[in-house]
Amino acid sequence: MVKRTGGTSSKISHAGKAKRTAGKSAKKTTGTGPRKQEALLLVGTMKGAFVLRSDKSRQKWRIEGPHFRGEAVYALLHDTRGDLPRTFAATNSMHWGPTLRTSNDNGATWSEPGPQTVRFPADSGRALAQIWQIAPGRATEADVFYCGVEPSALFESRDGGESWQPNQGLLNHEHQPKWQPGGGGLCLHTIVLDPDNRRRMLVAMSTGGVYRSDDGGKSWRARNVGVRAQFMPEEHRYPEFGQCVHKVVHHPSRPGRLFLQNHWGLYRSDDWGDSWRDIANGVPSDFGFAMQMHPHDPDTVYIVPIEADIFRATPEAKLRVYRTRNAGGSWEPLTKGLPQSGAYENVLRDALAADSFDSAGIYFGTRSGKLYGSRDEGATWTEIADALPPIVCVKTGRAVSA
Amino acid sequence: MITVELPNVLCSYTEDNPSLVLEEPCHTVRDALVALGRRSPGALDRIMDERGDVRRHVNLFVNGENVRFLEGLSTPVQSGATIFVLAAVSGG
Repeated sequence: MVKRTGGTSSKISHAGKAKRTAGKSAKKTTGTGPRKQEALLLVGTMKGAFVLRSDKSRQKWRIEGPHFRGEAVYALLHDTRGDLPRTFAATNSMHWGPTLRTSNDNGATWSEPGPQTVRFPADSGRALAQIWQIAPGRATEADVFYCGVEPSALFESRDGGESWQPNQGLLNHEHQPKWQPGGGGLCLHTIVLDPDNRRRMLVAMSTGGVYRSDDGGKSWRARNVGVRAQFMPEEHRYPEFGQCVHKVVHHPSRPGRLFLQNHWGLYRSDDWGDSWRDIANGVPSDFGFAMQMHPHDPDTVYIVPIEADIFRATPEAKLRVYRTRNAGGSWEPLTKGLPQSGAYENVLRDALAADSFDSAGIYFGTRSGKLYGSRDEGATWTEIADALPPIVCVKTGRAVSA
Repeated sequence: MITVELPNVLCSYTEDNPSLVLEEPCHTVRDALVALGRRSPGALDRIMDERGDVRRHVNLFVNGENVRFLEGLSTPVQSGATIFVLAAVSGG
């Protein structure tokens, strides 16, 4: 049994348990209504989604769910750019396939699943396997959303998520036939927008690597110079494309500087991905999945190193978040409140998140179903929930009452 | 006339009706699914992907036989037949 050193372990209470039951038709799930100044944690697991709510102190969390019982939820988004908040959940039933669901009340109730809106053109020969990422458009484009999907493709909605169109430049990219699935599938999992230049955006996929468009998505160029592909023959380890990039982040105040967690490799780019350099300075492993930007500081990034591709567990059985505060010049382990023995954990690419409060909250979920949070930017951690289904996605939000 | 029996989980697409009677002429399972899709595109999306392939963990039975072991979507159906849509044995 893992010894918990979580100190003041966060108290949770269960409320608003979803009314859907296995084998019963999908009815709207219910929960309590929105509250003023709520902090939201959206947790996607292999067997449904949980919504956790707290006040601004983020000391105590109330958990609702699971919504979408039995379905994997790999992507969640709480968006507040428009007049009303909108929350998205990408659900995937092993039997009945993927759907995109929405909530207009901060995750308390969800839309009925309807006809599949994110779908490949009939002549593409492809079928949607999973939605891996839901990303908002720019701040001034409240009705614009993007989805990164498996098999790797980018979809765009310009009507608030009602309808979706595939990006043709990526759909028909000359490299596309050579993109290969990683362990999780052939997925486009990262979408990064230039907040200043509407024509520039960047995506990342496993495998395939990083691609950037400078013409509003019409054409895309691989941007992987300096990123290694450890799984290739030695003399071919720096190909133009084909890398297994796990996550890319940036800060909107300094958008051209990117950080990249690779399938072996930790990198930074200062030129929008034109070149990358190694920044694995003082980490126990440069393998990992999750990477999260600090919400306020463009020099601060969080990762959770994993021992190796063939042993996907935290090194030395210690659950450590690593943080750089100098843009990758050095990294420090953040361990206070996290188990430092017997912790063979894994944190997946979208299971590390930050909130937007002044003292940033950092959160992550493990494959073993533990949810941790820090209210002081990683200095100390508490266990928020245990024994959830395997966690694959953690996102944050702030509820705005009507 | 063909009857399609849906599992409860898909009834949200059919106004809670688990049993749909298709009046249009259907000669194969594919014909029946196309007709089902006209009535309920959402239900069809859950049974078949956008390539027209039956989802991997969905089984269709005609007269007690899994069509995977017959002629697939080309399996003939006679008037009065019932097609059962069922979740396959899978999960985790």
